[in-house]
Amino acid sequence: MDKKIKISIHNLYKIFGAEPKAALQHVKNGVGKADLLEQHLHVLGLLDINVDMCEGEITVIMGLSGSGKSTLIRHLNRLIEPTAGEIDVDGEDVLAYDEVRLRQLRRETMSMVFQKFALFPHKTVADNAATLLRVRNVERRDTVAEAHKWLDRVGLHGFGGHYPHQLSGGMQQRVGIARALASNSPIMLMDEAFSALDPLIRTDMQNLLLELQTELNKTIVFITHDLDEALKLADHLVILKDGYIVQQGEPQHILLNPNDPYIEDFVSDINRARVLRVRSIMTPITDGVPADAHGEVDYNDTLESMIAHSGGDTSHSYVVVKDGAPVGVLDMTNLVKALVPRAASGYGPRPDANLREL
Amino acid sequence: MALPQPQKNNCALSEALKDDLAAVMVGSGEMATYDFVFNAIGLRDWCDAAKAGNERPMSMAELLAKSKGQSGVETSWWEFPFPSLDALNKACAAFPQSRDVTVGVEKSFLAIKDSLRFVFDPMTQPLSWALEWALTLFQATPWWIMIPILMAIVYFASKSVRLVFFVAACIAFLAFIDHYDHAIQTLAIIFVCAFLCVVLGVPIGIAMSRSDSMQRLTIPILDMLQTLPPFVYLIPLIFLFSVTEPKLYGIAIILYAIVPVIRLTDLGIRLVDKDVIEAADSFGMTNTQKLFGVQVPLALPNIMAGINQTIMMSLAMVVIASLVSAPGLGVLVLRGIRNLELGVGLISGLGIVLLAIILDRVTKAALDRVNAAQKY
Repeated sequence: MDKKIKISIHNLYKIFGAEPKAALQHVKNGVGKADLLEQHLHVLGLLDINVDMCEGEITVIMGLSGSGKSTLIRHLNRLIEPTAGEIDVDGEDVLAYDEVRLRQLRRETMSMVFQKFALFPHKTVADNAATLLRVRNVERRDTVAEAHKWLDRVGLHGFGGHYPHQLSGGMQQRVGIARALASNSPIMLMDEAFSALDPLIRTDMQNLLLELQTELNKTIVFITHDLDEALKLADHLVILKDGYIVQQGEPQHILLNPNDPYIEDFVSDINRARVLRVRSIMTPITDGVPADAHGEVDYNDTLESMIAHSGGDTSHSYVVVKDGAPVGVLDMTNLVKALVPRAASGYGPRPDANLREL
Repeated sequence: MALPQPQKNNCALSEALKDDLAAVMVGSGEMATYDFVFNAIGLRDWCDAAKAGNERPMSMAELLAKSKGQSGVETSWWEFPFPSLDALNKACAAFPQSRDVTVGVEKSFLAIKDSLRFVFDPMTQPLSWALEWALTLFQATPWWIMIPILMAIVYFASKSVRLVFFVAACIAFLAFIDHYDHAIQTLAIIFVCAFLCVVLGVPIGIAMSRSDSMQRLTIPILDMLQTLPPFVYLIPLIFLFSVTEPKLYGIAIILYAIVPVIRLTDLGIRLVDKDVIEAADSFGMTNTQKLFGVQVPLALPNIMAGINQTIMMSLAMVVIASLVSAPGLGVLVLRGIRNLELGVGLISGLGIVLLAIILDRVTKAALDRVNAAQKY
């Protein structure tokens, strides 16, 4: 892989309970989550997590509630201490940090955005945005300009003097994002940052995040329980279930090749035309550009836009272009096939869905 | 009926016989129900030796019984006495009486009194100075300066012109009925005591909120301070310090009134939203930054409510403290009670109510301003 690995997690375990070390032995001996709770009264939080997160990419960790995704993100800045394992940031072992070094990591390397915004209600929006700078003891007059710059950037121009309770939920989360951005840290941790917002606002915020990301190129770790959101944002998708990783990889790849009934069930519900991209289903060029192509399409176009482009005619085929150079051929028949998911599994994340089928 | 004295009564033989019979019937009579205990464990000699040595004083009940002519009371199982100190003492003179307990407490307090005074007297001396200084200052300031100053303070705290005029009207009324001096003395005492309560109480509350063991340790003390009748503080304080010293009532007021501000500071800090605390942690705030930047400001509504309660309780106590020479409206209330001067008592009571309303409204208005600034 040519990209630099920013955060690397190895063999991470987290067990909640009175004696996690002892319980860890049981887990390593193969005791399952349910048995661990029943026989040893310990809750298995995370089970052997291995993830590499690349610099400048959005890594989305997806799972249903209770899958351990919020626990996992809190390990990165050690709001929760692991039971066993290793977390490297820029090649340094975070778990070996002392209090001072850890504080420096939290102040300068990582900033976090929360599901419930967690703004400081007694401070104005501008002061909230400047929190991380104030924590670093930057002079107040220097922080004001910086805070306002980021508030403008997230679309809150002129709201600096308001208090958080005077803003709507979407605006409050914009403040949360401005607060995290103002720290200028290379890593952003987003814990279900958009889950508390209504769907339209959520789409707005996702677009805002993608727009900021093309400009700032941060390493973002994003937690969500919404597959559509995950597929929209992710460069690298990690799917968690009951504390272990079911599958991780490029989202398009996971969508087309789910390796687990749990994921198949997940992906069977989404709008594939909107999520899948031309690059995922094209045939790479082997022997020059075919002569009978009906036109050129971009490598990153969604299938939805392709259907509109072709007017629904399945006999067409197109040349796929990346950065001006042809890289593949898209046959509309393949496109239509790709829209049909592989048969959904008999059981999955939502047992009630299967009951309805019966 | 202290001791078995069958021959004491010189009346008819049948009388004496009846007494003896009664005693035998209920197991040696009410005066020595527990004789059998000491007999059984072989302590009879020890008991009697003590009896011979020093004759213990008679209790009131015994005196009464004696004056009734020692009519052999029919003691039934219904009146079987609890094995209390007094009951056991009847059976065995070597056993202490309950009055020995109170005497013991008194003696031990008197024994450590001098060393207590040696420690606390210099420690609390600044309180005396502060009270004397405040009383002098408040009284020396002429009314036409004092009232505008109070109005300015009220405006600063509440930002409400209506309240400012209400306060001015109340004080003017008190001055009109010639209660201004007493009211201003009461205010001076409350000013000093409530200020010290906040200065001492808020840090204690913060310490409690940060440590569960500190909280477990402090809560019983706070419970005791809050439920102990205020007069009870005064008794040991009178022994410790001279009654003429202002710190005597100062300490009593502070002990009584400090509880709410401690409790509500602790509660307020513990109630701060966990998500916000987590955010503060995730930004790498130090404990000090977190305390003064997040926890205390967010706990401020609760702390202010505690201060309001503290002021109200010090006002209640300042009246009681007039028993130990605290000046102010309480003195007039006391005069009303002592001399049954109905009018004096009622009018000074009204003055206290007015002061209470003023203090309550002003602190509540300040609290509302804090609340309005940081609601979610």
